[in-house]
Amino acid sequence: MKRSRSFPDVLAGGIFVLIGGAFAAGSLGYELGTPLRMGPGAFPLLVGLIVAALGLAIVIKGLVAGELIEFGPIPWRAVAAITAALVFFGLTVRGLGFVPASAVTVLLTTLASTRVRPLMAVAVTAGLTAAATVIFVVGLRLRIPLIGPWLGM
Amino acid sequence: MDLLDNLALGFSTALLIQNVVYCFVGVLLGTAVGVLPGIGPTATVAMLLPITFNFEPVTALIMLAGIYYGAQYGGSTTAILINLPGESSAAVTALDGHEMARRGRAGAALAAAAVGSFIAGTVATVVLAVAAPPLARVALQFGPAEYFSLVFLGLIVSISLARGSALKALAMIALGVLLGTVGQDIYTGTPRFTLDQRELFGGIDFVSVAVGMFGVAEILRNLENEHARTAVAGRVRNLWPTREDRRRIIGPILRGTGLGAALGVLPGGGHVLASFTSYAVEKRVSKRREEFGHGAIEGVAGPESANNAAAQTSFIPLLTLGLPAHPVMALMVGAFIVHGITPGPNVITDEPALFWGLIASMWIGNVLLVLLNLPLIGIWVRMLRIPYQVLFPMIILFAAIGTYSLGFNAFDVYAIVFFGLLGYVLIKCGCEPAPLLLGFVLGPLTEENLRRALIISRGDATVFLTRPISAVLLVLAVAALIIAALPAIRRRREVVFTEED
Repeated sequence: MKRSRSFPDVLAGGIFVLIGGAFAAGSLGYELGTPLRMGPGAFPLLVGLIVAALGLAIVIKGLVAGELIEFGPIPWRAVAAITAALVFFGLTVRGLGFVPASAVTVLLTTLASTRVRPLMAVAVTAGLTAAATVIFVVGLRLRIPLIGPWLGM
Repeated sequence: MDLLDNLALGFSTALLIQNVVYCFVGVLLGTAVGVLPGIGPTATVAMLLPITFNFEPVTALIMLAGIYYGAQYGGSTTAILINLPGESSAAVTALDGHEMARRGRAGAALAAAAVGSFIAGTVATVVLAVAAPPLARVALQFGPAEYFSLVFLGLIVSISLARGSALKALAMIALGVLLGTVGQDIYTGTPRFTLDQRELFGGIDFVSVAVGMFGVAEILRNLENEHARTAVAGRVRNLWPTREDRRRIIGPILRGTGLGAALGVLPGGGHVLASFTSYAVEKRVSKRREEFGHGAIEGVAGPESANNAAAQTSFIPLLTLGLPAHPVMALMVGAFIVHGITPGPNVITDEPALFWGLIASMWIGNVLLVLLNLPLIGIWVRMLRIPYQVLFPMIILFAAIGTYSLGFNAFDVYAIVFFGLLGYVLIKCGCEPAPLLLGFVLGPLTEENLRRALIISRGDATVFLTRPISAVLLVLAVAALIIAALPAIRRRREVVFTEED
C-alpha cells in the first residue's frame, strides 16, 4: 500500500480533535470531583482528551504517512434532500399527521436521486405511504393520528 | 437433569403459538431486508428493531433473534448471487460463493450455506445452553473493578471489527464512549452536554445512532455514483448439492462450527474472525487448494458455518455478562433495556422463561430458516431486482417512523440526520462505524463501573491491578492493543482481508 500525505486522514483526525476538544472543554464546566468520588465532569474530560489526542495522532500520521483513500465525490443533492426529508418529518408529524408527513417525506427523499423521474416519484410516494400506513398504524397500532390538527381535523 | 428441565421450560415458552409466529415473521422480515443489496445484518436489525417494541419482552426478543438469523442468511444470499456482501463476515462467503454462482452452481452454494448454517446453529445452541449458566454464576462474583476491566477489554478488542487503520478504529471507539456520556449523570443527576434541550436529558437514543451511521450514511454512499447495478445471476436451478458436494462439505461444516462456536464468545468481532479463520483453515487442509477463489464449495460451507455458530455463541457474553460481542448484540442490549430488563448474569435467575425461551427459539429459528429459505429462494432472488430508487426512500421513511415511534420525540429523528452526516464523512475518511456503536453502548457501563470501583476502593486506583481477575483482563486488553498496533501483524490482517480479491 502506498503511503503519503492524505486529506481524508487529516479531515477525520480534525473531526476527532474538534469533537473531543469540545467535550473536554464542556466538561470543565461540571464538577470534576476527586478520585474517590468522581464528579460528572471527570469521565467525559478524560475521554474527550483521549479522543482529541487520537485525532491529533491521526492528523500527524496523515501529514507524514497517511492511508491512501479515495475520497470520491459528495452527492450534495442527496445530502440536502435526505436532510430536508428527515427534518420535515420531525417538524410536522405531530401537526400534519402520519399520512401527509410520510408522503412529503418520501417525495423529498426521491429528489435525492438524479435518476428518479416525476411519475416514478409520485408512484413511489403513493405506494410507500400506503404501505407504511398499513404496517405501522393498522398493523402495529402506532398512536399517531392519520391526519393531524394543522389540517383542521 | 437441570439442563433438560431448563430446555423443557425454554421449548414450552418458545413453542407458544404467538412466539413461533413472530419468530417466523422475524426470520421472514430479516431475510427479506437482509437480502437487499448493501444492507448488512446490523443495518437490518437496526431498521426492524422499532417494530419489535410493541410486543411482550419474550416475544420481542425472540422475534429480534429471528430477524438477526434471517438477516445473516439474506446477506449470504446477496453475497453469493451478486457479490455484494453487507458486512465483512459475508465478504468471505462472496469469494467462492459468487464464483460458484457465475459457474451456474448458485443453487449448490446456497444449499451448502443453508445446511452449514443449520448444523452450526444446532451445535452452537447446545454449547450456549451448556456454557451460559456456569458462566453467569462466575459473573455474579464480579465486582465493579472486574466489570470495568472486562468492558475495557471488550472495547479494545472491538478494534478487530474494522478493517484498515487500528488508530482510527480506536478513535471511533473513544468517540462512541464520549457520545455515550450525553445525558443526565447517573450519580448526581447533573445534565451533561444537553445544550439545555430537555429531549437530551435521557441521552442520545442509540437507535438514532445506529440508523444514522448504518442506514443513512450507507444510502449517501450508494447515491455517490448511480451507475446501473450488477446484473443478478440468472435463475437458480439445481438447489440440491450433488453427492460429491455433500461429501465435500461435511468436514468444512464441522470444522467451521467448532471454530465459530469458540471464537464467537470473544467480545468484539468474533464472527468476522471466525469466517476468515475458517476460510484460511479450509484452504490449508484442502487437497484442491487451487480451486479456492474459483468456486470451491468448501470455501462457502466452512465460513458460513463458522459465521452462524459464532452468531449463536456471541449471545453468551451478552446473556451472562451483559456485554455485547458485536454491533447486533449492542442493538439487543438496547432492546432488553427498552423492555426493562438489564442484560447480565441476573437474567438467568430473574427471567428463566425469557432466558431459556430465547435459547430454544434460536434453534427453532434455525429450523424455520431452512424451511423458509430453500423453497423461497426464488422470491429472494426477485427481491434483488427491486430498484434502488424505491429502496432508499423506503429505508428513510421507515427509519423516520420507527425512530419517532420509540418515544414520540422529534429530536430522535433529527439525531438520525446528525449521525448520518457525521457517519458519512467519517466512513469516507476510512473510519468504520461499528466500533463507534459498540463504544456508545459500552461507554455508560465503563463510566459507571469505573466510578463505583473507585468509590468502593476509597479512591485507590490500584484496585484494578490488585484484584486478580481484573488484572488478567487488563493485561489481555493491553496485549490486544499492542497486537493491533504492531505493523507486522496489521499487514497480515490486510493480507487476510485482500486475499483472493
